[in-house]
Amino acid sequence: MITVTNLSKHFGTVQALEAVQFRLDEGELFGFVGPDGAGKTTLFRILVTLLVPDTGNATVDGLDVVKDYRALRARLGYMPGRFSLYPDLSVEENLTFFASVFGTTVQANYDLIKDIYQQIEPFKDRRAGALSGGMKQKLALSCALIHRPRVLFLDEPTTGVDAVSRREFWEMLQRLKKGGLTIVVSTPYMDEAGQCDRVALIQEGRLLQIETPSAIEAQYNRPLLAVKAAQRYPLIQALRQYPHAHAVYAFGEYVHYTDARPTADVQALRAYLDTQSLTHIEIKPIPASIEDAFMELMHEPTT
Amino acid sequence: MSIIEVNDLTRMFGSFTAVDHISFSVEAGEILGFLGANGAGKTTAMRMLTGLLEPTSGEATVSGFDVYTQPEKIKQTIGYMSQRFSLYEDLTVAENIRFYGGIYGLSRRAIKEKTTALLARLDLSHARDLRIAALPLGWRQKLAFSVALLHDPRVLFLDEPTGGVDPITRRQFWDLIYETAGRGITVFVTTHYMDEAEYCDRVSIMVDGKIEALGTPAALKTQFAAASMDEVFVRLARA
Repeated sequence: MITVTNLSKHFGTVQALEAVQFRLDEGELFGFVGPDGAGKTTLFRILVTLLVPDTGNATVDGLDVVKDYRALRARLGYMPGRFSLYPDLSVEENLTFFASVFGTTVQANYDLIKDIYQQIEPFKDRRAGALSGGMKQKLALSCALIHRPRVLFLDEPTTGVDAVSRREFWEMLQRLKKGGLTIVVSTPYMDEAGQCDRVALIQEGRLLQIETPSAIEAQYNRPLLAVKAAQRYPLIQALRQYPHAHAVYAFGEYVHYTDARPTADVQALRAYLDTQSLTHIEIKPIPASIEDAFMELMHEPTT
Repeated sequence: MSIIEVNDLTRMFGSFTAVDHISFSVEAGEILGFLGANGAGKTTAMRMLTGLLEPTSGEATVSGFDVYTQPEKIKQTIGYMSQRFSLYEDLTVAENIRFYGGIYGLSRRAIKEKTTALLARLDLSHARDLRIAALPLGWRQKLAFSVALLHDPRVLFLDEPTGGVDPITRRQFWDLIYETAGRGITVFVTTHYMDEAEYCDRVSIMVDGKIEALGTPAALKTQFAAASMDEVFVRLARA
């Protein structure tokens, strides 16, 4: 569905994308995971024909993003990171407008957006600018879908959105995927990566890895321990001082400790922590999460 | 007296009650996580506590100053940083520090000394004359954090300070929060990352203008029979 070869883009002295390559199959729910400034938005803007790459090429649904941009625009839906609907038009007017721009009607494609649009339909006469964050997001998604695209690009749809609305949004995406839509989504939230079929980890314009979430986690090859004590910050500091520490990161109620050796010595670590005036110490080996894997990849020198 | 005291604080917009009789107190050096779904009333509550919005009813003091009658005094004793608004992109690092120092009424000499110390502490001395726009996001946020502390406030308000940053920078940012709280400064922080809720001393969860839960992460997990703060949050906010 999407083929990207050796794609690069710079702005002034900033290399926003560097030799990015990947292929994406029809019907995939594909995630770009990386922090702000990693190049996600630049990549999306090239793929949706809003930006021309310096070098390399990309096709979406068999069409070249530069040469065939006109034909391609009808086949893709794009929800930019910033709210980009018309704030002075009502909910309904925005939707009708986007349908008419693509030469179709709301009625013709209503079945596709019904689940999502029904949630905001009671407010259809409200100005889009006056909607709450969650409702704006639903309207933006409806507008991006109203011309029945073959592939949907969502640039950080859940940034700044609360944990509950994030869940609901991903449930909507899973339903759209079941309907056969190819979905490309970017997110700074590592926990959302697990929702994707495959994930590309992106940092400083380069793809660090493209894999299924479980494969990314399985590739983590250092001993990982979850450690807990009654005193959190002193625990983090003590673990950092431990001579065998490779990485020490807070992770919810635990601290994730990675040992620099091939196997970790849990008893020796416990004995060490006991000398650090920490109480209620708990240590257990755990499998790596995407976030552990991502942080490990960030450490590795890219070649 | 607690550094923040809130009693039955309420704010209406027309007939809509954005903040509905909330009460809590926060101690010096405490890290309070202030959670809630979008639209739950967090921002309105925060604007009242930072002296930017007058309450409709109820009482609140910050650093001993009254939110109705002494909002300007409050502003002098608090620091504020958000993801959206922090530093001026077209000014250099040193210019931003000078600007904020001036706003907070610091002397020229104090600003000079603080600039040098701050940049040394953040390992940013080399970036002194770079424009903010040229700095990576992670650096900007650390700098914005330190600038918010420039006038030695007693309470630091952080509004989604870690949105969008990479997972390592996010954790380094929490190191700064811990250090700050360790110096006795109260940290009032909002976040959408539920793992970060676990890093707070206590967490408050707002639902439809009311504080529906308030306690240590461990106590809240017990209270709601949940394995994680994420579960606690979803249970409350979806109810």
